Amino acid sequence: MLSITPLTAHATQPSSGPTTPATSTATSPENPNTADPLNSPRWDELRRAWLGDAPAEFDSRVQVQAPAMAEDALNVPVRVDASRLRGQRVEEILILADFNPIVRALSYSPGSAEPVLGFRLKLQQSSPVRAAVRTADGRWHVGGTWVATTGGGCTLPSTGSASPEWQRQLNHTEVRAWPRVDGGQRLKLRIVHPMDTGLADGIPAFHLEEISLLGKEAPTGAALAVLRPYEPVAENPVFTLDLPAGVVASGVSGRDNNGNRLTAELRP
Amino acid sequence: MRAPSLPRPVLCRPRLAALLLAALLAPSLPAEADTVVPGAAHAFDYRLQPRRITDGVYVLIGRTEDFDTRNGGNIVNTGFLVGSSGVVVIDSGPSRRYGEQLRAAIAAVTPLPVVLTLNTHAHPDHFLGNQAFPAGTLAALPATRDAIAREGEDLSANLYRLAGDWMRGTEARPPGRSLAPGRLHAGGRELELIALDGHTGADLLVLDRASGTLFAGDLVFHDRAPTTPHADLDHWLAALERIATLDGVRQVVPGHGEVASGTGLQTPLRQTQAWLRWLQQRLDTSAAQGLETNEVLALPLAAEFATIAEAATEYRRSVLRLYPQTEHKALQQHGAR
Repeated sequence: MLSITPLTAHATQPSSGPTTPATSTATSPENPNTADPLNSPRWDELRRAWLGDAPAEFDSRVQVQAPAMAEDALNVPVRVDASRLRGQRVEEILILADFNPIVRALSYSPGSAEPVLGFRLKLQQSSPVRAAVRTADGRWHVGGTWVATTGGGCTLPSTGSASPEWQRQLNHTEVRAWPRVDGGQRLKLRIVHPMDTGLADGIPAFHLEEISLLGKEAPTGAALAVLRPYEPVAENPVFTLDLPAGVVASGVSGRDNNGNRLTAELRP
Repeated sequence: MRAPSLPRPVLCRPRLAALLLAALLAPSLPAEADTVVPGAAHAFDYRLQPRRITDGVYVLIGRTEDFDTRNGGNIVNTGFLVGSSGVVVIDSGPSRRYGEQLRAAIAAVTPLPVVLTLNTHAHPDHFLGNQAFPAGTLAALPATRDAIAREGEDLSANLYRLAGDWMRGTEARPPGRSLAPGRLHAGGRELELIALDGHTGADLLVLDRASGTLFAGDLVFHDRAPTTPHADLDHWLAALERIATLDGVRQVVPGHGEVASGTGLQTPLRQTQAWLRWLQQRLDTSAAQGLETNEVLALPLAAEFATIAEAATEYRRSVLRLYPQTEHKALQQHGAR
């Protein structure tokens, strides 16, 4: 079995170098700051719309990694790591892209999992990509990074939407676990789904809506963690999740916005 | 279980594919304003200086950079062979202006007519100068002709975005004539055409028999990191093995970077091989460890590539394009171990 040596439970940010993806830089959490370090004209509006009246601050402990330049606007890899918010229970990680026509990309309730997530995003144009992390005290901690792209990601039809094959494979789910050096597990799952945004002519919104990570007590026990993807998540999504030592997943179940179900078991 | 209610139009696919390809080729941020003063005498002059590398063999070596509004897309090598009765052109450059200036540069060397204009593969810096050459001389492998006909306009639009006004008047012109591998006599020169693939779906190499000059196209890069928007790494590595076995090669003209000969003859080939093997291993190892794409991007480059131009940029592009497939393969191997 392989161990994932580059990973630790509280991964430090790689040193700057020519290949290092752009990373959030926010102010110290001791001095709550409400001025957007990404200097986006849409931030105030987004905060009101998505975070409501709850207190929100930019927090460098919420790290968002994405390539500073992404030529393929249909598949922009995003990694969020909020594990530095030690001692504070993370209730929700909300992914927002300021200049996407559909701002909200995903909501993740990590539950028993680490507050860490990887996925791929469609971007309509260059935009800040944010992770707003809500802790149990009701505060939002916000990190983010700019991604430059040539655009068009949200108003293009999916490849699957043009393929006669896609229906047979719809919601086919693959999942695999890797051991981590800290005794926990890394999980990846991939689901065949067109994730159509509804913004391409004649193709209605059709996307995954909820995916639960099941524990050993499934199906009766509560989900270990819940992903709620929205339209901007890339076609055939791949999610990367981390579990701490002692938390064991047995599989996933979920559905899309048309009620099509998915399920997959995790083999030990 | 219920499938979604509306039919999914198949018409959308070609457009998507083309846009994707264009996006994948886009090497940098959207073009800034052109720095050349409009109307100045030097405006949009690529200053092409054909270099004679041996009897009747000329090359024009581009910069080992990305496309931008300063270089106007002159980041590519082109060349021409002067025979007893005509001229064979190998790749026509990134724009109509480049093609026209290349043709003028040829005319300054010889009064003989261009009898054959080859496009080594369907990447825009290698065929967008085609308009400057007689339509009847344009030739390429069949798959290259198809790709230019299918994607040429989108690839051209992408270069307009990157190189700006240098591109004015440029349109994709697919070659009308198909080439087959083997011997070809043109203009009084004896050529060996070699058809391989890996950098793209069809990569043509031209070996000039008399001089032993191999025009390797973009299967071979020299002191410049290989680009992979349409690459198949396994096929590319196999193609390099094949190139290493070719007889009668005395100098190599890579698609990008300096000409190699003498004791350095094998250097571009070995460099390209080393980069591709390293890249492939990096992708495989990362996927086997379960790394997410950004974790792979954050890994350092191997020290041996420190002096290779555009290494960091091409690493990022290659990981973004190739890692999803490698990652998917690793995901499918669950339970196999």
